[in-house]
Amino acid sequence: MSMRTLPLLFLNLGGEMLYILDQRLRAQNIPVDKARKDEWTEVDRKRVLNDIISTMFSRKFMEELFKPQELYSKKALRTVYDRLAHASIMRLNQASMDKLYDLMTMAFKYQVLLCPRPKDVLLVTFNHLDAIKGFIQDSPTILHQVDETFRQLTETYGGLSAGEFQLIRQTLLIFFQDLHIRVSIFLKERVQSSNGRFVLPVSGPVPWGTEVPGVIRMFNKKGEEIRKIEFKHGGNYVAALREGSFELHGDRVLKLGTNMYSVNRPVETHMSGASKNLASRTQESIAPNPLAKEELNFLARLMGGMEIKKPSGPEPGFRLNLFTTDEEEEQAALTRPEELSYEVINIQATQDQRRNEELARIMGEFEITEQPRSSASKGDDLLAMMDGL
Amino acid sequence: KGIITCISCFQIHFLFSGSTPPINTFPHGPTISGALVLAAGTWSGQVLVFDIPAKGPNIVLSEELAGHQTPVTDIATESAQGQDCVVDMVTADDSGLLCVWRSGPEFTLLTCIPGFGVPCPSVQLWQGIIAAGYGNGQIRLYEATTGTLHVQINAHARAICALDLAPEMGKLLSAAEDTFVHIWKLSRSPESGYIEVEHCHGECVFDTQVCGARFCDPSGNSFAVTGYDLAEILRFSSV
Repeated sequence: MSMRTLPLLFLNLGGEMLYILDQRLRAQNIPVDKARKDEWTEVDRKRVLNDIISTMFSRKFMEELFKPQELYSKKALRTVYDRLAHASIMRLNQASMDKLYDLMTMAFKYQVLLCPRPKDVLLVTFNHLDAIKGFIQDSPTILHQVDETFRQLTETYGGLSAGEFQLIRQTLLIFFQDLHIRVSIFLKERVQSSNGRFVLPVSGPVPWGTEVPGVIRMFNKKGEEIRKIEFKHGGNYVAALREGSFELHGDRVLKLGTNMYSVNRPVETHMSGASKNLASRTQESIAPNPLAKEELNFLARLMGGMEIKKPSGPEPGFRLNLFTTDEEEEQAALTRPEELSYEVINIQATQDQRRNEELARIMGEFEITEQPRSSASKGDDLLAMMDGL
Repeated sequence: KGIITCISCFQIHFLFSGSTPPINTFPHGPTISGALVLAAGTWSGQVLVFDIPAKGPNIVLSEELAGHQTPVTDIATESAQGQDCVVDMVTADDSGLLCVWRSGPEFTLLTCIPGFGVPCPSVQLWQGIIAAGYGNGQIRLYEATTGTLHVQINAHARAICALDLAPEMGKLLSAAEDTFVHIWKLSRSPESGYIEVEHCHGECVFDTQVCGARFCDPSGNSFAVTGYDLAEILRFSSV
């Protein structure tokens, strides 16, 4: 599998997250002069987006992200977004965070699946970055950070071959395999069918570099065309118009990765309860994860790179609800199928003396050899902490 | 360099201690001596050839074929005995390059067919005809001994994932990420001897990005398909 997939995965999922948060914050927008203390205003919205974007694109974090590494599980990655979403004054309940992550992953899965060429996933990423720049137009420092990431993307991916992009595409598709959460905006626009599968159209422009199917050409040994036959291929394709731009600024042509949420459209997710696809997902959560330790190390590194600005003073955390009412949010938390729950890994890097004693006790309980472990690695600490949750 | 862990009935499992994991293997038809030869493609582009003796468990690495610079994606073989053609093996890689080999005491590289910027995920060999499926949806048919391009089919709108042959009838199956499976009939013109092809059938596997496809019988009357996110294997038969 490709070791260069994480930056693309992270940036695109992050982009989707920002689209959704922006839409929800706008929907709950109250004019400043009319707002109560606990209601969202335009100023708050901009601040939340600014905080999250500047955390996402911080130099240290990007450095960690772009290191060649494997993709970790959806659960591990969700922890990073959990932290990111809370990089501002905004607070999300578990149910809302779950819904947010569902929407993000299904959206990017759709975009990867429908990319005409494997290389087009880079155009999708650029679409997200272009939109992110739109959110932070007034902040030149953050804009510079995003442009810097753009440059890094071009440097990392600009020279890759079609074969290497195909491998990246396959790595991403494996990550999203068997996810069939039905998203109301997709169902309405008929890009997803009622069983949760995405609609794959057999019409429209072919990818750049592909010819319209339906022609057989035969040549003699000198290379001259001697015959041309047409055959019925079953689709309704037309030639590609033009190639999207991979420059810092330009027309990407591709619409995948642009913001599909508008102000007044509530976006719902439906958990597919009776789907037989759930069987494979249950297996995934029960089997012990042999990569548990590596995952925790990965998380520790990435989160270590995140510079979270702690709010100074007694500022209240503003809670954002991804559902239309608080009751709906509560209901969603109660009825979420077991197999679809993301167990949040709580990692706290405290130096608390009492906590260390507690950890030692927990570790003692998991001792399997007779010899006492003299010095446990940090990874073991975290693992033990997880098991104790 | 390579350690064979176990063999049972033509299924061979490998454990490589080096940094180049195998991409695929292909059991080769018997050579004149009666033993088997196995060719395995690697990530580095090398093709490793192993001798499998008629008796006993000792498999020996006999050759390391150089020809590819990018990961080997597929290998096709055909016994060349009793035919005019001397080609036994074709290997394909991620850059679209095809290498054409003749077996013997050692493998000889007969010719190379250059790529054109897209990977060649699948290749087949039938009666001196090389059929190659490419990442841009094209199928190209080449004369194996010379490497000359004789047919170019704009077959699919997305990358081809699999080609399969029904050798009895000369039927070729192509499956791609565009949800389509097409069946073709390969032949040679009686006058010129040139490769010809005819489209027989097209099947749309709705909303499924096909990942693999194979004929279920040697005359090509039925085929099976696997797809991304699909828990089932779909089987199609002609009535």
